[in-house]
Amino acid sequence: MSTAAHVLLALLAAGPMHGYDLKKAHDQRLPQAKPIAFGQVYGTLGRLERDGLVEKRGQSREGGPDRTEFAITDTGREKLRTWLETIETPAPYISSTLLAKVVVALLVDGAGQARDYLTAQRRAHTARLRELTAVKTDPASSPGDVIAADYAIAHLDADLRWLRTTLERVADLHREVRS
Amino acid sequence: MTLLQARGLVKSYGPTPALRGVDLEVAEGEILAVTGPSGCGKSTLLHCLSGILRPDAGEVLYGGQRLDTRSEADRSRLRRTDFGVLFQFGQLVPELTAAENVALPLLLAGQGRREARAAALTWLERLDVADVADARPGEMSGGQQQRCAAARALVTEPRVLFADEPTGALDALAGERLLACLTRTAHERHTSIVLITHDASVAAYADREITLRDGAVDPTGLGADIAPAPTGGRR
Ligand SMILES: Nc1ncnc2c1ncn2[C@@H]1O[C@H](COP(=O)(O)OP(=O)(O)OP(=O)(O)O)[C@@H](O)[C@H]1O
Ligand SMILES: [Mg+2]
Repeated sequence: MSTAAHVLLALLAAGPMHGYDLKKAHDQRLPQAKPIAFGQVYGTLGRLERDGLVEKRGQSREGGPDRTEFAITDTGREKLRTWLETIETPAPYISSTLLAKVVVALLVDGAGQARDYLTAQRRAHTARLRELTAVKTDPASSPGDVIAADYAIAHLDADLRWLRTTLERVADLHREVRS
Repeated sequence: MTLLQARGLVKSYGPTPALRGVDLEVAEGEILAVTGPSGCGKSTLLHCLSGILRPDAGEVLYGGQRLDTRSEADRSRLRRTDFGVLFQFGQLVPELTAAENVALPLLLAGQGRREARAAALTWLERLDVADVADARPGEMSGGQQQRCAAARALVTEPRVLFADEPTGALDALAGERLLACLTRTAHERHTSIVLITHDASVAAYADREITLRDGAVDPTGLGADIAPAPTGGRR
């Protein structure tokens, strides 16, 4: 089951909601995330209902999906608890587009190309880091904004540390190749 | 408006070159981050800019006036009145309380005791350490000491704050609080800050970032072309 499905379940744990309100609540709670599409909300609710994790509640006469309220079931609560209690495996495979590009650049064009890529990528990462830091220092930011920005900053920071070290290593490689 | 400027700064320690021709400008109210690998000359640059060290060649201009050619006494007076300095480890006077430490620069500048204490308490409050105002450094945590040192560096309302790894000894949240306070001070009071760090997430608080490499500004590093963050209400 997807993370989004669990987030919807968690929102319903606070009380029954219409699909429309769920979408709004999702985007509000995860302000820096990609907004969830209505289609995805209804699709997910359909699957959750099929699996007995949510149920329809107080359907009004007009019918229609946006008139239907959904509530979490006991099974749904149990499922949510299990999900929260399950530890995520820390990065089982080392796979990242950044890493792949450096490896490929070294393979194809040698250290010069890798260095140019690393320098440009570092700029882009730094620019994003600055944007997110501005979100954090903005007094108008909500705690949700700040927590999400912290999360992204920590990851960008790790990438940047790796970019910098790799840049040094590649510069050494470059020197070796040329001498 | 440019407040502080370096042109072709060169500095060696005996045979060891530390700076090999550094040019930079700091505008009024601007936070400039200086990053770079260990030993690239960051601290030496800060000492030259703040007049603690004299460069072997090149010049430092403060408010358009030569700084490096002034007498030792002149430069140290300027450091008391116009500059604030903050290092990685607070360097508080161990015998004095936090409030006394922070009030010290004002007392040295000839301010009355009561005023000095009031200003000290205000700054301790701004840095979230008012609760340890009457504690001595030995009775405070490292993070509290560091924030007291920041209060002491800012209490004279300097026009330039020189900060060398100011968050190096702090955990993430304490570092964040200190940086938030420094950026607020810069933007509200137009204090310029030269912020030395090797941490990208600390440099991200600055308006601009330059990278030193082997004693010179790295042209392939993050230079003036990195614009200030477009979002947020920092100004
Ligand atoms: N007092 C000194 N006597 C002799 N050499 C020195 C002195 N201070 C610094 N150096 C040398 O000058 C160079 C630059 O040192 P500096 O302290 O400015 O680097 P830094 O960028 O601040 O490094 P770090 O990130 O480790 O603090 C280094 O090679 C260092 O060994
Ligand atoms: Mg240093």
